[in-house]
Amino acid sequence: MGTAPVAIQESSKKSASEGTPQHPIMRAIRRLSTVVKIMVRCQISPVGFPGALLGAKALLSATDPKPLPSTIVREDEGQLVSAAKAGDAAAFEELVNRYERKIFRLGMNITQNKEDAEDVMQEAFLKSFKNLDHFQGDSRFYTWLVRIAVNEALMKLRKRRPNQVSIDEPLTNDEDSVFREIEDWGPSPEQRFAQTELNTILNEVIGDLDPIFRVVFLLRDVEGVSTEETAQILGISVAAVKSRLLRARLRLRQKLNKYFRRSETQ
Amino acid sequence: MNCKKVILELTSYLDGAIDTSVRIDLEQHLARCTDCRLVVDTTRKTIQIFCNSEPVPLPEDVRNRLHTALLERFRRNSKTI
Repeated sequence: MGTAPVAIQESSKKSASEGTPQHPIMRAIRRLSTVVKIMVRCQISPVGFPGALLGAKALLSATDPKPLPSTIVREDEGQLVSAAKAGDAAAFEELVNRYERKIFRLGMNITQNKEDAEDVMQEAFLKSFKNLDHFQGDSRFYTWLVRIAVNEALMKLRKRRPNQVSIDEPLTNDEDSVFREIEDWGPSPEQRFAQTELNTILNEVIGDLDPIFRVVFLLRDVEGVSTEETAQILGISVAAVKSRLLRARLRLRQKLNKYFRRSETQ
Repeated sequence: MNCKKVILELTSYLDGAIDTSVRIDLEQHLARCTDCRLVVDTTRKTIQIFCNSEPVPLPEDVRNRLHTALLERFRRNSKTI
């Protein structure tokens, strides 16, 4: 399904109300024109939103560390949300087209399960559509959407492992164990593995990470969400986000060490 | 600055969200401490590797089911207007 079916509904209503019967081809052209107008007005690319990670990648490839830019959402998001709130289904569908891949990926990374990720994605979009009138615009739509998706994903995990997932789980001191395993990885350790093998390793280590750390790492480092927005999404303090992010990064580093240390492969 | 302090500042340092004076102290420590240098380097690579990893594809059947569900919701919504 593209944007056309939705646009058809909207345009049909307009045509009827104006009382101007049209040839089906003319109606189709008019509907297409409506979609194009929305896309032009909102500067929408028809291919979703590539390059969401560019900010984080640019940071990490730079010699000097720089703040993570929060560039996930383009400036026209507010216009799309306003149009969707006013009943423009095509505008809401454009928001879906833009974020569906990111929300599915987030669901997959948190739940580590395709069916759960699909449920997470569907629920996130259906709930956001249902509750769009309640969205006040205090945060970005994307932040709100991610919040719904994260809650859905964490609920899936709690159902699966009710005794193992607790947001209030006490933090341990990872700082003390950092220096037990220090080895050089070489310049590009990931290139020593085939892509499928690397994917398996990354899935395994991220899956092993406690969900409270995993979610923070995914939002901050993979999705490029800012510290403040991550705090907002998870309903925790900025200090807690920073603390969990540090622990997540250290634990992942430690887990990857066994695969990437030079002594392992040379 | 000692090694433990480096670890505590690691996230701020990698994110570039660190005071200049603290960053200078930290980098002076890194210049003389191989262990900390390796920890910073491998942690940076950890983030990099995940960022550069292959994106999870959205399967076409999954996407179709989402859009079918949404279309159904749009239809129901337009009937109630």
